[in-house]
Amino acid sequence: MMGTKSLLSHTFRIAWKDMVELYRNKFGLVLLIVMPLFMMGMIGFIYPSSASSGNNLPVGVVNLDTGYHNSTVASQTFVSTLQQINDKTSMFKLTTVTSVSALRSSIQAGDLEGGIIIPNNFTSSLLSGEQGSVTIMTDTSNPQVSATIETLLSAVFNEMSTAMAQQKVMELSPTVSAGGALAVVQPLKVETEGIIPGSSNYFEFVAPGIMAMTVMMSVMTGLPGAISQEKEVGTMDGMMVAPINRLSIILGKTLAQTARGLLQGVILMALAIVLFGVTIQGNIILVFGLLLLGVFSFVGLGIVLTSITSDQQTATMLMTTLMFPMMFLSGVFFPIQQMPWYMQDISKLLPLTYATDALRKVVVLGAGISDISTELTILVAFGIVMTAIAVPVFRRAMTR
Amino acid sequence: MSKATLVPTSIVHDGEAMINVNHLTKKFGDFAAVDDISFDVKKGEVFGLLGPNGAGKSTTLRILSTLARPTQGTATIGGYDIVQQDNEVRKLVGIVSEKMIMYDRLTAKENLWFFGSLFDIPADTLNQRIDELLELVQLMKWKNSLVGTFSTGMRQRMNVIRALLNMPQVLFLDEPTLGLDPQSSVEIREFVKKLNRERGATIIVTTHTMVDADILCDRIGIIDHGKVVALDTSANLKRLVSGGNGTVLKLDVPNLTPALVESVRAVGSVSSVSQEDSTHLKVIASGDDAFDNVVDAVRTSGGRIASMENVQPTLEDVFLHLTGHEVRDSADRKIPMERRRGFMGGGGRIR
Repeated sequence: MMGTKSLLSHTFRIAWKDMVELYRNKFGLVLLIVMPLFMMGMIGFIYPSSASSGNNLPVGVVNLDTGYHNSTVASQTFVSTLQQINDKTSMFKLTTVTSVSALRSSIQAGDLEGGIIIPNNFTSSLLSGEQGSVTIMTDTSNPQVSATIETLLSAVFNEMSTAMAQQKVMELSPTVSAGGALAVVQPLKVETEGIIPGSSNYFEFVAPGIMAMTVMMSVMTGLPGAISQEKEVGTMDGMMVAPINRLSIILGKTLAQTARGLLQGVILMALAIVLFGVTIQGNIILVFGLLLLGVFSFVGLGIVLTSITSDQQTATMLMTTLMFPMMFLSGVFFPIQQMPWYMQDISKLLPLTYATDALRKVVVLGAGISDISTELTILVAFGIVMTAIAVPVFRRAMTR
Repeated sequence: MSKATLVPTSIVHDGEAMINVNHLTKKFGDFAAVDDISFDVKKGEVFGLLGPNGAGKSTTLRILSTLARPTQGTATIGGYDIVQQDNEVRKLVGIVSEKMIMYDRLTAKENLWFFGSLFDIPADTLNQRIDELLELVQLMKWKNSLVGTFSTGMRQRMNVIRALLNMPQVLFLDEPTLGLDPQSSVEIREFVKKLNRERGATIIVTTHTMVDADILCDRIGIIDHGKVVALDTSANLKRLVSGGNGTVLKLDVPNLTPALVESVRAVGSVSSVSQEDSTHLKVIASGDDAFDNVVDAVRTSGGRIASMENVQPTLEDVFLHLTGHEVRDSADRKIPMERRRGFMGGGGRIR
C-alpha cells in the first residue's frame, strides 16, 4: 500500500520533471506543435477530401436496370445525360461494363478508376415516383482519383436529378415555375460504396491512422531522448541512487512521453476536424482512450530498445529503423487487406495495426467499446507483456 | 550546520567498519576494471582512493553506491549488502559523481527539490534543507536561476549538495575537484572536511591529485590497474619511499654536469637521483650521514651548491615508488594508450 503510494508519487515527480524540461525547451516545444501541423497538412492537401479536377478518367457504367413494363427509359435517359455532360467536360472515359463483379475486378486490376452502378429497380422506382438510387464504386486505395470521381459524379447526378425533378413538377402542375420551385425533391440519391468498406474518402481513411501513428512515433522518438540522454549525461544516476522502485522511472518517463504524444494527437485531431472536415462519428473520449492505450502498448518496446542500446544516437537510429516498417505495415496509409498474406501476418504482430484499426472504426464508423473489444484486448495484452519485459531489462541496463 | 535535521542516525558504532569491501571484482568483458579489492573504512573516516585515470576508482564507487553490480565479491555499507539490500544502502549513501547530476533546464531549487523528493523527505523538511544547503555553498542568490547558466564551480557545488539532500551517512566523492580552478578546489576540500568533522560522515573520495588526497584523507588506498597496491595513512605511505629513514634532498647546483650527477649517484647511501632541470637535482638518500655524503660528492666533483633543502617525500614519490610509473598531473590529459599498454605488459584497455 505504502509502496504503491510512493511508486505513484515518484512516477508523478519524474513525469513532472520531464514535462518542465520539455516546456522550458522552447524550440523543442515549437517543433512538437509544428510536426503534427506538417503531417496533417501534407496528407490533407495531398489527399483532399473533395477533389475538383480530373481528366479522362476511365470509369465503367453497369446498367442492371430490368425496366418497368419492358421499358428502361429512365436508365437510358440517365446514361445519355451522363454522356452529354461528360462530352462537354471530357472528364471521364465512360465504358459499359456487364456486371458488378466485372466492374469490381476491373477496378482492382487498375483498368478502371471507378464505376457507376445502376440498380435493377432504377426505372421502376423512378416511374412509380420513388427515389432512385445509383451506386458509385471507387477504389479507395487510390485516393486522389477516387475523390475526383466521387465529386464529379455527384455533380453530374445533382444536375440530372434537379432537371428530372423540375420535369416532374412541370408535369404535375404546368403553372408553377419549375426553376423557382422551393420544394424540388431530387429523385436521385447518390450512394458511395468503396471497395474497402467504411470510408467514403481517403483522408477520412488515413486521418485516424495518422493520429495513432504520430502519437506512437512521438513516444518512440521521445524515449531515447528521455532515457539514453539521461544515461549519457549522468542524471540517470541521480535517480538510480535514490531508494525508489525502478518501475517508477519507467512509468514517469512513459507518462511524460504520453502527455507529449497526446498533445500532438489533439493538435492532429483538431486540424483534421477544422481544416479537412473530418467528423468523429464515435465517442471522443474513446478516441483519447485508444490513443493512450496505443502509447501504453508501445512504450515497453521503446524502453527495451532504448535500454539495450549504448547511447542516444544508436537508440534514435534503431527507433527510426523500426518506425518505417511499422508505419507502412500497420495499415495507416494502405489497407492491410491489400497487402500480400505474409505482410499481413507481420502487420498482425504490430500494436499500431490494432490501434489504427480501432481508431478508424471509432472515428469513421462510430464504433463503441464493444465493437472494438478485440483490438482493446490485444493492445492491453501487448502493453502488459512489453512492460513486464521492459522493467528487468531496464534495471539490468542501468546497473551495468 | 548545527540544525537538528542534519544529525545523521547511525546504526554502526564509532570505530567500527562502516564500509566493508570483500574481494570485489568488476569485469567489462575480459578487462577487470576492479580486480579483487578488499578494504574496510571506519565510521567517520575520510578514505582516499588515489590512482591514475582508469585505475578503477570510479567503478569502485559506482559499485558501492549501487549504480553498478559487481561481477564477483561482496560489499556492505552500514551492514547492508550492496546487491541484496540495495535500497537500504541507497538511503545511507550519497554520491558526487564525476558527471554533474543536474538538469540544465531546471533551477537550482527545482533540481534539489526533484532529487530530494525521490527520498520521501517531508516537504517542509526538504524545503528547509534545500535552503540550508544552498546557503552552505553560497548559492542562495541563484536559488531560482537555471542551472544551465551556472559556471563550472557553481555547478560542482550544486553537484555536491545534491548528494547531501538525504543527509547521507556515507558520502562518495568521485573526483570532486576535477576541472575546478584552485579557489573552487579549496572550497570543495574545506567543505568535505567540514562535513566529516561536523556531521561525522564517512567519506570515500577518489582523486588523482596528490593535494586532495594529502589534505583530506585519514587513510589512502593507492589503486592501480584495478588493484589496491598500498593502503595506509599519508605519513606512513611516505615512509615507504625509502625504508623509513629516507631523506629527500633538493640541490641547486649552477655548474651541474652529467659527470657530477653520476658521482652523486655513485654514493652508497643514495637510492635515486633525478635531474629536474639544468641546475636542480632531486636526491633520495638514506642513513644518518646521507646529508654529508651527498654534499661531499658534489664538492669533490667541483660542484658549487647554491642552495639545498631537505624536502618531504610527496605522494607522487610514493606512487612512483610503488607502481614504477607516475600519476598524471592533469586529468584532462588522458594517458596515451601505447604507454599504458607497456605498463600492462601488452594488454591494453579497450573502453
